[in-house]
Amino acid sequence: MEQVEYKLTAKDFKSDQENRWCPGCGDHAILNSIQKAMAELDIAREKIAVISGVGCSSRFPYYMNTYGFHSIHGRAAAIASGVKVANPDLAVWQISGDGDAMAIGGNHFIHAIRRNINMNMIIFNNEIYGLTKGQYSPTSPFGAVTKSSPFGTVEQPFHPGELVIGAQGKFFARSIDYNVKLTTDVCVKAAKHKGTSVVEILQNCVIYNDACHAALTDKEEKENRTIVLKHGEPMIFGKEKDKGLILDGMKLKIVTLASGGFTIDDLLVHDAHENNPGIHTMLANMRYPDYPVALGVIRQVSAVTYEESVVNQISKVKQTAKFKSMNDVLFSGNTWEVKDK
Amino acid sequence: MSFYFFLAYFVELNCFKNQLQYTMSKNANIVEKEDVVIRFSGDSGDGMQLTGTQFSNTSALFGNDVSTFPDYPAEIRAPQGTVGGVSGFQLHFGHSEVNTPGDYADVLVAMNPAALKSNIIWAKKGGTIIINEDAFTEKNLVRAGYDFDPIEKYKRDYNFICAPISNLTKEALKDFEMDQKSILRTKNMFALGMVYWLFDRPLCYTEKFFEEKFRKKPQVVEANKLVLRAGFNFAETIEALPMHYKVAPAKIKSGTYRNISGNTATAWGLIAGAEKANLPLFCGSYPITPATEILHELAMRKDLGVKTFQAEDEIAGICTAIGAAFAGNLACTTTSGPGLALKTEASGLAVITELPLVIVNVQRGGPSTGLPTKTEQSDLLQALHGRSGEAPLVVIAASTPSNCFDYAFEASRIALEHMTPVILLTDGFLANGSEPWRIPKMESLPTINVPFATPEDENYLPYNRDPETLVRKWAIPGMKGLEHRIGGLEKMDKTGAVSYVPENHEVMTYLRDDKIKQVAQTIPELKIIGDEDADLLVIGWGGTYGHLYSAIKDIRKEGKKIAFVHFHYLWPLPKNTVELIGKFKKVVVCELNLGQLADHLRVNVPKLECEKFNKIQGQPFTIVELSEKFNQLLEEL
Repeated sequence: MEQVEYKLTAKDFKSDQENRWCPGCGDHAILNSIQKAMAELDIAREKIAVISGVGCSSRFPYYMNTYGFHSIHGRAAAIASGVKVANPDLAVWQISGDGDAMAIGGNHFIHAIRRNINMNMIIFNNEIYGLTKGQYSPTSPFGAVTKSSPFGTVEQPFHPGELVIGAQGKFFARSIDYNVKLTTDVCVKAAKHKGTSVVEILQNCVIYNDACHAALTDKEEKENRTIVLKHGEPMIFGKEKDKGLILDGMKLKIVTLASGGFTIDDLLVHDAHENNPGIHTMLANMRYPDYPVALGVIRQVSAVTYEESVVNQISKVKQTAKFKSMNDVLFSGNTWEVKDK
Repeated sequence: MSFYFFLAYFVELNCFKNQLQYTMSKNANIVEKEDVVIRFSGDSGDGMQLTGTQFSNTSALFGNDVSTFPDYPAEIRAPQGTVGGVSGFQLHFGHSEVNTPGDYADVLVAMNPAALKSNIIWAKKGGTIIINEDAFTEKNLVRAGYDFDPIEKYKRDYNFICAPISNLTKEALKDFEMDQKSILRTKNMFALGMVYWLFDRPLCYTEKFFEEKFRKKPQVVEANKLVLRAGFNFAETIEALPMHYKVAPAKIKSGTYRNISGNTATAWGLIAGAEKANLPLFCGSYPITPATEILHELAMRKDLGVKTFQAEDEIAGICTAIGAAFAGNLACTTTSGPGLALKTEASGLAVITELPLVIVNVQRGGPSTGLPTKTEQSDLLQALHGRSGEAPLVVIAASTPSNCFDYAFEASRIALEHMTPVILLTDGFLANGSEPWRIPKMESLPTINVPFATPEDENYLPYNRDPETLVRKWAIPGMKGLEHRIGGLEKMDKTGAVSYVPENHEVMTYLRDDKIKQVAQTIPELKIIGDEDADLLVIGWGGTYGHLYSAIKDIRKEGKKIAFVHFHYLWPLPKNTVELIGKFKKVVVCELNLGQLADHLRVNVPKLECEKFNKIQGQPFTIVELSEKFNQLLEEL
């Protein structure tokens, strides 16, 4: 990726379009975070393509002063895949909501991840359909009462992290909309990671699903209910930094330090780079109130990217190719001359 | 070595000779023929497609004009010996111009009773039928649904040559350490060898084919070559075949020729388009019969930098292509009818974003899964109108296998120069059919002028248009100063900003419509084939060209006046469409559907009254049925 010589600021990435998200929507904070991340990454604006599907979050490209494509519902991952494979020099950011990515676009979502195309997929998860005014989404909890489930849903939700890992995902991180610092941080890490980087951002829909993540944003309790994972560091959390995670048989267990008889050395040390997805899946699946919700980079494993393989294959074939242009192909194989008689 | 082998073999052959049933003279006469139609048929695992292709290639290399038509089932291996599993390959080669694979076969090869049962309708009365006698067991006759002995019944109408092909193949390969299954797999070469002798064809091209194809399996090469020669020698030895035909090379325009199928020609036309536009080619596609070979052919061309993306579904096929178009490639997606239906919404996105995109639809019988391996022209209205909203795009169609190259190239040109999606319609008949093709040099193709935006374009606005063509400029991501946003929401004229202004929506709807209509300024006018002063005008489009042209030629040979016009451009229509059609007293539109072009023309040609002649059997027209219809219409005048 070409680095520009001058230092960009978040402001450089703001477009002149009027922002149409509801006041108080979590999307505003996410927009700020990503613009900050882009400034920190210092990649020229013209080298960035922001691709989205349809939904509230998918308005995102209009607010970015980069190349942008607001496409159709569910197809952002496929369109972004095409952009990146066609022009691997571009930094591709794909923005989707939980419905766009995991309902109507579920197929494209898992296959883009499986191929490991080097792009950043930012999933705004508010567990509701906002733009169509309040129906349940594939991440709404079982029993959620919405306009299309007045008596509660009767279906199990997807857990995005589990789905990503199941689709051979190499990078999965999670943040919360209000935490601009953490979102910026994981987005920078996602962008620097080579391969498909999925970032799930827990986002509040102030109109149709207000306070859906309130348990995790509660000022007093948030530190007891979430754990920010850092590669190489013990899994410790809590307002008093007095709780931690250990592996107990086949599952994770919360233990209390000091009073519980555990020391920091007993805790699991986060290894985001471990290829085996067992513990990463358990961490991604931790739900409040049984567990603290994991934030930060949960999984980050190196692997060859799709577009890299495409480019390499082409250059390898070209090295020994008989055909250098279409004329060579046209006149190859069994041909015969007809002469004027 | 093989010479001595055949000496020994000859003796054994004589033993079989007595078992042969034949109805014609034992003396092989040499007869000069203008043209011949051959149909190979057998189980779908019998290798009939390969056999037919080999005969076509040999004949083309020999200098004949050739046209082919594979007719195969959707099932890869339907139950052996059943009518449902029969695979056929018809080819027509001649001393003069050949425009169709022919209506009826002079020679039918039937490898089993089921093949005979489903193909005898395609054999000319008085023609020759070669059967593999070994497969005509009681069990197989029952399996094919025969409750009588077909040879006994039909022997007065056809010249049957009953050859013990399986046994002779086994005999020929008895010294080979191969299992029975592998040995019997080569029996198609025995039949091919017989037909090669019948038409005085050299074996060398097929031998060379095996040498190249199985370079790493010398035993397979030898076995196939041996069986091929055994068939050839057998036919010569038994003198059972009624005639020994000669079809002299055709008199055709000088140049370098090759045999090409419609799908290969389509793929190559797209690559040629990219090369002429100096752009990388990207194909996002999902496998679907009968379009898949285009993807195969493009995937082979990594040497020319072609990127193929086998997507997870049809929608991802077109969406990755749209992404590639946004990123600055010549992008295409290839499909067949049901796939086009799945691409509907995304093709509307390409319309509103005004990105260049080629959508190839190789039509097959529908609706739904329909007849995957059979041909039809029933996606015309889907191509023209199958999108939400007012979503005009360019629709063009190829007319012969090699013509697919020209129109794939033309689709690329229009897409790029006019910044629009273009649907190219071909069909199963063109896709799998093949014909000799006078190869164009790349230098002879027109250049493609892509309307790129450049950093010199001050205050670039994505939806600013050329005042005449109404084409917007294409700013490729990566270019500094041209950053912009596009999308599926209605956009403000010029700026491209999201707009719900009512009047603006109407302005943009008209602009998009007019932009497509302006394409008519760059396409050729319709030309009449035949008699300009005729009363009857025959109209066709797409893959029916060869049959229509041949029927028109036959009728004119009889001294009757008839005119023919063939549409390659379905939208926009050529400029002289209304004027030209208005000149004729009677108009008949011939299509392999219920009359979709006729309906389309009725909307666009004021007061048009036309007859429709339609066929919906998954099969091409026959020249005979077309000629009958035209003669009837001429008499009614």
